[in-house]
Amino acid sequence: MNRKPDVNAAELRGRYPQVFDRPASSRMATPVVLAVALAIFVFGLVDLDFSPSRFISGLSQLGWISMMMIPPDPGSSLPIYLKALGETLSIALLGTTLAAVLALPVSLLAARNVVPSIILRFPVRRFLDSIRGVDTLIWALVWINVVGLGPFAGVLAIAVSDFGAFGKLFSEAIEGADQRQVEGIRASGGSALHEIRFGLMPQVLPVIAGQVLYFIESNTRSATIIGIVGAGGIGLQLAEQIRVLEWQKVSFLILMILVAVAGIDFISGKLRFAIIGRRAIA
Amino acid sequence: MTIAVSILPEQQLAGLNAAYRKAVARKRLRLLAGLVLFVAALIVSSIGAEVNLRTFFTYFGNFISYFDRILTLDSGQRVWTNVGEWFWGLHKWLKLLGETLLISYVGTLIGAVFAFALNFFAAENTSPAPWLRFTVRRLLEFARTVPGIVFALIFVIAFGLGPMAGVLAIAIHSTGALGKLFSEIVENADMKPVEGIRSTGASWLSCMRFAILPQVSAGYASYALLRFEINVREASVMGFVGAGGIGQELIVAIRKFYYSDVSAILVTIIVTVFLIDITTGWVRGRLFGKEART
Repeated sequence: MNRKPDVNAAELRGRYPQVFDRPASSRMATPVVLAVALAIFVFGLVDLDFSPSRFISGLSQLGWISMMMIPPDPGSSLPIYLKALGETLSIALLGTTLAAVLALPVSLLAARNVVPSIILRFPVRRFLDSIRGVDTLIWALVWINVVGLGPFAGVLAIAVSDFGAFGKLFSEAIEGADQRQVEGIRASGGSALHEIRFGLMPQVLPVIAGQVLYFIESNTRSATIIGIVGAGGIGLQLAEQIRVLEWQKVSFLILMILVAVAGIDFISGKLRFAIIGRRAIA
Repeated sequence: MTIAVSILPEQQLAGLNAAYRKAVARKRLRLLAGLVLFVAALIVSSIGAEVNLRTFFTYFGNFISYFDRILTLDSGQRVWTNVGEWFWGLHKWLKLLGETLLISYVGTLIGAVFAFALNFFAAENTSPAPWLRFTVRRLLEFARTVPGIVFALIFVIAFGLGPMAGVLAIAIHSTGALGKLFSEIVENADMKPVEGIRSTGASWLSCMRFAILPQVSAGYASYALLRFEINVREASVMGFVGAGGIGQELIVAIRKFYYSDVSAILVTIIVTVFLIDITTGWVRGRLFGKEART
């Protein structure tokens, strides 16, 4: 049962030149890209002071730190941590809501099917892009300069940086909306505002609600870190405990964050399904 | 012009109207209940977050004037009147920016390699054993839920100050994020090639290499590029905790009120992020285009 298939290799070669005789440029593309990627990688390792000895001593330090983290133990500060966690969740919720409320009107201005004029649309889009180009942590630092240390600066930081993201996402959702309903409203004599209210919004709102819920989820993560620069919440406690090397408290705080994020994930997943699912049935 | 509109008999119309009103009323009630709950949550959280509208309105002028100040040179002129003075440290900043890009590149690459190695175990359709899938999934979840900067804080203590901590922090976070995305691509892959390869007696590894990999590699590259884009932003703040890159300069400038420096560094960061976005967007477009054609 070792029958060789009777094919003529030369004939096959002749019939499929694109498989057997690919030009050198297409054959070499992948190896060249890989080699360049690797070269930059090695250059990066050298330039960024990677050395095996540093790596190994760091790893042993890390192992030691992990040993010190077990078991997680809040000591006597559990009430403070719970309050800080509440603060973090509040920051995420308020910041996201504020961002969504502010972004909705602006996103209309950035959508092609609402504002056809590119002269008006272009600056709005670039404005949103520049806001998104600046990290939440930087916004937090700026707001701390304005309203002082504390969670309120965190709320404003999240609101501003999400404003940029929402503006883009919402305007994409609006551009993806079905234009026929808008035309229907126009045909029955509706004004431009009616077109938006009754033609666009019913289509777009469930999508937007889904995105907002998703952002509340991801902002719970962002809200945990803006505390590191002093904008309130559990990140403040975490950074402090890391600086004073209280590893058991650190691991407890990390666990708290993981549990909180998982909880929010679960709730917003259910809500999103409820909103989008109902939409799909209707 | 006459239009014939058929009008329903009165009592039939009344019945339909009532049914419509009832349906709408129920929907409105549900919306209202949701809204009340939501507003209640907002109020509770605004107490939790110490929202103080008076502070906000008193100091909101500061927010506007902050931008006024960062756009003014020490000499009192607007920054764009003397660009050389504004970007006095451009050479140093570009070097740090280069370091930032390298941090995100090396971090993304390490993360992508680890994610690549792990994702076949995390995907529903290719994982060799359920317990393995469970473990790998939890591991990836952990790596992406803990924020990168928290890893950086810990790594700065373990590996010392400098870009190495930043690279490792970004690598771990990227492993988590990419591992999940990669495994989702694998779950969407066509399983018929796998059956074909397996029927020739190939091992699990060969199945992955010859049946799955050709289907998913463009998607992998696309997600890795997207991650690189995100990581550039992330790396620009790693310096806040001493993990290398331009963040170090930025936080010093903000904390010490070197106003015009703040705007100059921010502008360089924003321009770089733009350029990276555009480049990776273009490359990703080409990758997906190629995938669609074959």
